[in-house]
Amino acid sequence: MEVIKEIETRRGANLKLNGIAEKIIEKSPSVANYALRPDDFFGTIPKLCLKEGSKVLAGSPVFFNKKNPDIKIVSPISGTIKTIERGPKRKIELIIIEPSKKQDSIKHQVKGWERMDISDLKVLLMESGNWPFIHQRPYGVMANPLDEPKSIFVTTAKTDPLHEDFNFVLKNEQKEFQLGIDLLNKFVDQPVFLGIDKSFPGYFESIKGVQHYSFKGPHPAGNLSFHIQKLSPINMGDRIWTVNPEDVVNLGRFITSGIFSSQRTIAVSGNAVQNPKYFKTKIGAELAPFINNVLVKEDKVRVINGDVLTGTIADVSGYLGYFNNLITIIPEGSHYRMFGWLPFKDNKILSLSNTSLSRFINRNGFEVDTNLNGEERALVVTGEMEKIFPLDIFPMQLIKACMVEDIEKMEALGIYEVVTEDFGLVDYANTSKLEAQEIIRHGIELMINEVG
Amino acid sequence: MNFLRKSLDKIKKPFEKGQKLEKFAPAFNAFDTLLFVPNHTTKKGSHIRDAVDLKRTMVTVIIALLPALIYGIYNTGYQYYIQIEESFTFLDAFIHGSWKIIPMIIVSYVVGLSIEFGFAVYRGHEVNEGYLVTGLLIPMIMPIDIPLWMVGISTAFAVLVAKEAFGGTGMNILNPALTARAFAFFAYPTYMSGNKVWVSEAGNIDAISGETILGTLAAGGQVNYSMMEMFQGSIPGSIAETSTLWVAVGALILILTGVGSWRIIFGGIIGAAIMGLLFNLWGQNELMSFSWINHLVVGGFAFGIVFMATDPVSAAQTTKGKWIYGILVGIFCIMIRVFNPAYPEGVMLAILLMNVFAPTIDHYVVNANISMRKKRWANASHELKTT
Repeated sequence: MEVIKEIETRRGANLKLNGIAEKIIEKSPSVANYALRPDDFFGTIPKLCLKEGSKVLAGSPVFFNKKNPDIKIVSPISGTIKTIERGPKRKIELIIIEPSKKQDSIKHQVKGWERMDISDLKVLLMESGNWPFIHQRPYGVMANPLDEPKSIFVTTAKTDPLHEDFNFVLKNEQKEFQLGIDLLNKFVDQPVFLGIDKSFPGYFESIKGVQHYSFKGPHPAGNLSFHIQKLSPINMGDRIWTVNPEDVVNLGRFITSGIFSSQRTIAVSGNAVQNPKYFKTKIGAELAPFINNVLVKEDKVRVINGDVLTGTIADVSGYLGYFNNLITIIPEGSHYRMFGWLPFKDNKILSLSNTSLSRFINRNGFEVDTNLNGEERALVVTGEMEKIFPLDIFPMQLIKACMVEDIEKMEALGIYEVVTEDFGLVDYANTSKLEAQEIIRHGIELMINEVG
Repeated sequence: MNFLRKSLDKIKKPFEKGQKLEKFAPAFNAFDTLLFVPNHTTKKGSHIRDAVDLKRTMVTVIIALLPALIYGIYNTGYQYYIQIEESFTFLDAFIHGSWKIIPMIIVSYVVGLSIEFGFAVYRGHEVNEGYLVTGLLIPMIMPIDIPLWMVGISTAFAVLVAKEAFGGTGMNILNPALTARAFAFFAYPTYMSGNKVWVSEAGNIDAISGETILGTLAAGGQVNYSMMEMFQGSIPGSIAETSTLWVAVGALILILTGVGSWRIIFGGIIGAAIMGLLFNLWGQNELMSFSWINHLVVGGFAFGIVFMATDPVSAAQTTKGKWIYGILVGIFCIMIRVFNPAYPEGVMLAILLMNVFAPTIDHYVVNANISMRKKRWANASHELKTT
């Protein structure tokens, strides 16, 4: 293996939480319902193809993107569409599918894909429901099939709290991973960039036909925005595609069998969980059976689709998100702390600030909950965001530009180079309890609507 | 604790949403949250949050101010007793100082917080903690014999004009505490300068003058204090700025907790030292030949650079900008001292001046990042055309 570049940062922080998943993969418990959530596809306007009560096969289109009707989002399993839950203004919240006993799939013709035209290949991926696996930068939305990306990025390791270990998750899927990479290589002039953790490269070292790079440093060193800025920075008008590692495997599996693969290996973790571990399941699975399996220690918990910094709230009765490999369960907070504002008090709460001794007292794992630990205030403290933000961007200035919706300034300050998840740690660490991710998401939505 | 919480929850009822005192909720919450960090949980964004909040940050600054304040109280009494040439104990001096200073602190807090509460209710936001620091800083940088009503008016001016007029905490351009001092300085010059205001009751006693060191130097006089006395702070001056030693302890607290920017503090020291050295080489008059080390320990320089220049809202906000800002505060402080005998202490004006220029410094620092990005865009499109 030849590493084309080693990237490293010191800016960031690893949050050491209790409840990391043990390296055991269990078979999925029986799941009564699956669901698709259109909100998982940021920037997509869903339009249904089917009604309640329709029968679907694994791989049948369920809805498509109004902006690009060729991109289909397909059912992960075969069964019946049980209910379509709608929110205010008839917004589609959830499409719940009840699996049938006999599982059938739609089969596509994939023989000789190596020699297919790129445009035919794109149509194949869109028809078969594989296209949504490909994301685009800027904005972190679904890729546009009309674009020719400058490069494609896949990272095989993450740094967020309690992150899943893809070396373990995909240990038996080297062949499929390689095929997925081969498929992605068809879309770009230069080989796919494959990010590996410098200290644990694992088998991803031996993947062929890629440009390996390694990274090192505290979270968010594993975020693709950082890698892209270092290796192939986004200029005005550039498009870069990114694919999650397990979706590379799903693509690889599809291209050999012609059947849409909806496999998800999830780590169910968090400090409210008694025995955190991994499960093999499918996209959109109901979470309750998994939560019951790992035993929850607390009465009131928050179930998070994703990690504690960037995930979305899923109820105990919620469903696995489309792109998530991680479910985090932590206790709900809602308790008062008398004189909690005294410096060096309550050192059991994880803090990056030097007004707490927590990092000196506890070096291993922290119990966390959802308390805000203060109230929202005006932005006063400066320099704290820069300390945990590895990108060559001024985070506070960008946030302020998004707040006042100054598009020119947002562009100049680098809105194209970030996605909301890059601000997860900023949310966590800032003194004023500013909702940075919310503001950046709003800014990105503005860019999509105004600039496109 | 549970009992207290329950009774607070009971009192809180009429202030809740849809109840009749809803409008005054910020005022009640200010007291409630002073006792308890509220039980709010995260609703969006990151699900877990750091233990630090603005209250904790501001309380840290207050803790850092305490050594200088306590020494200031003692020094007030000390200066008074050595002037009237009476024998005294530490306690005597401390009591005299408290007698003079505590009313000033009360006036500053009462006036300032009333305005802050009023604006919080009017604008419907929570009371920000920034004033806890400002309200303590204002009396600490006043001359001891200033009448209480002047403290009140200066405070009101600072909070209204320097802070709320710009939109409240986080939006102000000038440091509010320094604005209060500047207001008093220009509105009531006889109470803010000369040789009778720096020592408690000096105006009433026909004794030797209690002039500040910089005042003496500006008048071309000889300084009778040793370097050690200047460092320790047993010299006349504004209430709590005289002791470089105890200010340094506060600086250490600010730097170790990360609350104050070490870049600004060291930048200021470097700037002042360089400027002092240059003037030493020139050596035209008493102030110019006053050793650069002494320049660092006399007057309000140390206090200003540690507690006023580091105010994150009015200082430069970018890392590079903080260095530039700090160094320039130091340079201007010594320059004003030396060139302008009417204002023997330059640190107040130097910081206010740099407060005004801080956004400009940041503008250029941020613009460097922007032009780097634009250059990259231009290069990329150029490459596209050629290939």
